[in-house]
Amino acid sequence: MKEWRFWLAEQRQTLMAIGIFAVMFAIYVTNHPAGFTANVVQTAANKSVLLAFVAMAQTLVVITAGIDLSVGMIFILTNCLASWLVVGGAGATTLGVIAVLGSGLACGILNGLIVIYGRLQPIVATIATGAAYFGIALLLRPYPGGSVNEGLADALTGKLFGVIPASLVALAAVVLVVWVPFSRSVLGRAAYASGSSEPAAYMSGMPIRRAKFLAYALAGLLASIGGLFLTFFTYTGEAAYASGNAYTLFSIAAVVLGGVSLFGGKGSVIGAIFGAFAFRTIGDLLFVFDFDPLWQPLFQGVVLLIAVSLGAFGLFRVRNRLEWFG
Amino acid sequence: MTSPETATAPPLLSMSGISKFYGGVRALEKAELTVMPGRIHAILGENGAGKSTLIKIMAGVVAPDQGRLLLDGREVSFASPADAAASGIACVFQELSLIPDLSVADNICISNPPRRFGLIDRQAQRVIAAEALARAGADDIHPRILVKDLPLSRRQMVEIAKALARKPRILILDEATSALTAGDVAKVFAVLKRFRSEGMALLYISHRMHEIAELADECTVFRNGRNVATYKAGTRSETEVVEMMIGREYKNVFPPKPAHVSRPQPPVLECRDLGWDDRLRNISLTVGEGEVVGLGGLDGQGQRDLLLALFGVLRGTTGEILIDGKPQTIASPARACHENIGMALIPEDRKTEGLMLPMTVRENLSFAALDRVARRGIIDRDKEEELIDGMVRLLGIKTAGLDIPVGALSGGNQQKVVIAKWLMRGPRLILLNDPTRGIDVGTKQELYALLRRLADQGAAILFYSTDYDELIGCCDRVLVLYDGSVINELAGDRLTERALIASALNVDQARMTEARI
Repeated sequence: MKEWRFWLAEQRQTLMAIGIFAVMFAIYVTNHPAGFTANVVQTAANKSVLLAFVAMAQTLVVITAGIDLSVGMIFILTNCLASWLVVGGAGATTLGVIAVLGSGLACGILNGLIVIYGRLQPIVATIATGAAYFGIALLLRPYPGGSVNEGLADALTGKLFGVIPASLVALAAVVLVVWVPFSRSVLGRAAYASGSSEPAAYMSGMPIRRAKFLAYALAGLLASIGGLFLTFFTYTGEAAYASGNAYTLFSIAAVVLGGVSLFGGKGSVIGAIFGAFAFRTIGDLLFVFDFDPLWQPLFQGVVLLIAVSLGAFGLFRVRNRLEWFG
Repeated sequence: MTSPETATAPPLLSMSGISKFYGGVRALEKAELTVMPGRIHAILGENGAGKSTLIKIMAGVVAPDQGRLLLDGREVSFASPADAAASGIACVFQELSLIPDLSVADNICISNPPRRFGLIDRQAQRVIAAEALARAGADDIHPRILVKDLPLSRRQMVEIAKALARKPRILILDEATSALTAGDVAKVFAVLKRFRSEGMALLYISHRMHEIAELADECTVFRNGRNVATYKAGTRSETEVVEMMIGREYKNVFPPKPAHVSRPQPPVLECRDLGWDDRLRNISLTVGEGEVVGLGGLDGQGQRDLLLALFGVLRGTTGEILIDGKPQTIASPARACHENIGMALIPEDRKTEGLMLPMTVRENLSFAALDRVARRGIIDRDKEEELIDGMVRLLGIKTAGLDIPVGALSGGNQQKVVIAKWLMRGPRLILLNDPTRGIDVGTKQELYALLRRLADQGAAILFYSTDYDELIGCCDRVLVLYDGSVINELAGDRLTERALIASALNVDQARMTEARI
């Protein structure tokens, strides 16, 4: 095999997610009354990056064959926190941003401690911590309100050089600063290894526990970046229960669309980001075709089912039926 | 006895008084082993003689209950495989330790990848992997391919390359050549010999006598969790080695076998030329009514796959299966359990395939037979109760009650529950996959009696065991598997431990008999 073929095989899932998104987005812009303009792209980007951040968070945990059902709630909690803290002059705003990100990281660390060192099932543990995080959010913002440093908010949701959506640049920066080092570090590899085959990873003497812990901790951090951006878009904080749950579930959908295996060990954040973009575009498609918004959940469900079915073809090759359950 | 250079060199690793118990079962008792640099040390022994446990202790996978490990004369204890690896011990495990979703290069460099600015340098990693593969004689494997896309023999070469890439001082190979082709074996041997001359200590565990004859400097024989003999390679004949491996106390725990009777035709089970992947080849066998047929041979020669194939778990099997003389296609365990086939498989791993540990004894017992006690989908409690009571009595299951979790029972009683669960269906053809592993002698004895009683009542039984005594004591006939095919059938007077071991090792028995006379 030629080198490029290996590259293709490694990136197949990610490329597929990019392809799905590209097709959907192309249909969207060609049918959009305004066409392919900077404003249309900016609006689409701003809507998509929120889910993209939460999906990135989910990806890190799913790679270790775990799941984090609290990412949506961390997203909401940090939104409420930001509506209190990210205000005032440059100094106060900076401190506020650090505090918001720090509390997201702390939420992730708590999840990690409970799941890895407390050895609780990730599903139950993160449902519980998620409920707790939402509870705190509700105490912080019993009613929607608060404000945010609007200068910073507008800069990060606007356009760079009048063309490029600033939110996409921020997303790319986070990928560079968080994902690239993680995926190419020993701990990141151990995260993949323990998701793929934990006994083999243990036998190979890999730092499994630290790797999984790091994945949960970073997931909290990434979700809080999402929460920060939510505040930048809405200028307020709101403890919206339905929204938190929706983001958690959509993050799992985006991850699967992006080719990240829920069994662990496979996939990348890049795929998940495009999965999130694609998932968001479904709603926009309905809009440009003048469908009733009531169709959106049904449509999203069908698209997701089709995408997941494509990924399940491998089961036809299984020789030992017991492997269906592995 | 010792040659001058080994007399002067201090031992690299020495283990003394090592004991390890799993529950009440002894895996190792006061075992001793000394490993010298620049030597290849072979370890021999039957299934369950304690070899694997010994290796796991050296590799930091399990901790010994007693005993001392001295590395370079200093006492060490390994808390994890990472610890052992840091001390220069690398292990090529029989069950592979590769990560399926990572590339070959990722796997080879897994414990200490090359880094640039703190990040893994994938370019350098591929170069290292390519070198390691070339050194192991497997340069046909591309470093970028994913491990799960490789066939078993290639994976094993990657596993060896991975161990070599660590540049260990002690390399342990546990049945590392079991899946390799003859060409690969020759290449690996050349590499191993080169490392020996460079001063590495190698421990070589294999069931293949000719491999040991070609490679080893010293051999240690394990039996019943102890090292019973250490000798210089080539100083003992194969016959003597087999004798050393046997020599167990032989307890009379088996029920008497019926005299040879003619079986009704057609047999309950007949299979012709059964094959699957490259793991099962041309297996033809029959099991008649009232007959207990054993499957023997070394662990992992295809016995499990054969049982799974018969039970409809494997896909893509070739050949023919006849039940009562009529060809049948068994496409799933549900089909195999169906009334006109009436097959039951008592699985090897009762914890995952046999029982649902947190559920109650009652629930576990009735799972496989729910359709028998249900009318139109509703479970008839009285009927269920009646059947369960009957089984608990028949098998003498000792439990504080039917409503406690089955996980709270002892291993022996858990195994009885697994068997009872299947007997509730009244199967005519019973497959057993090493059912007595890890259970106490008393329960074993009860199970042997039960098997014979079931056979007398007309069941056909196919019985795989890693315990040779059991095969000899329980079975009317034993088929010995080697490398996925039946290489010998032993019955009557020919069914002896010597014959079993000789066939299992594929040692020419005629030659052994001559040597003895």
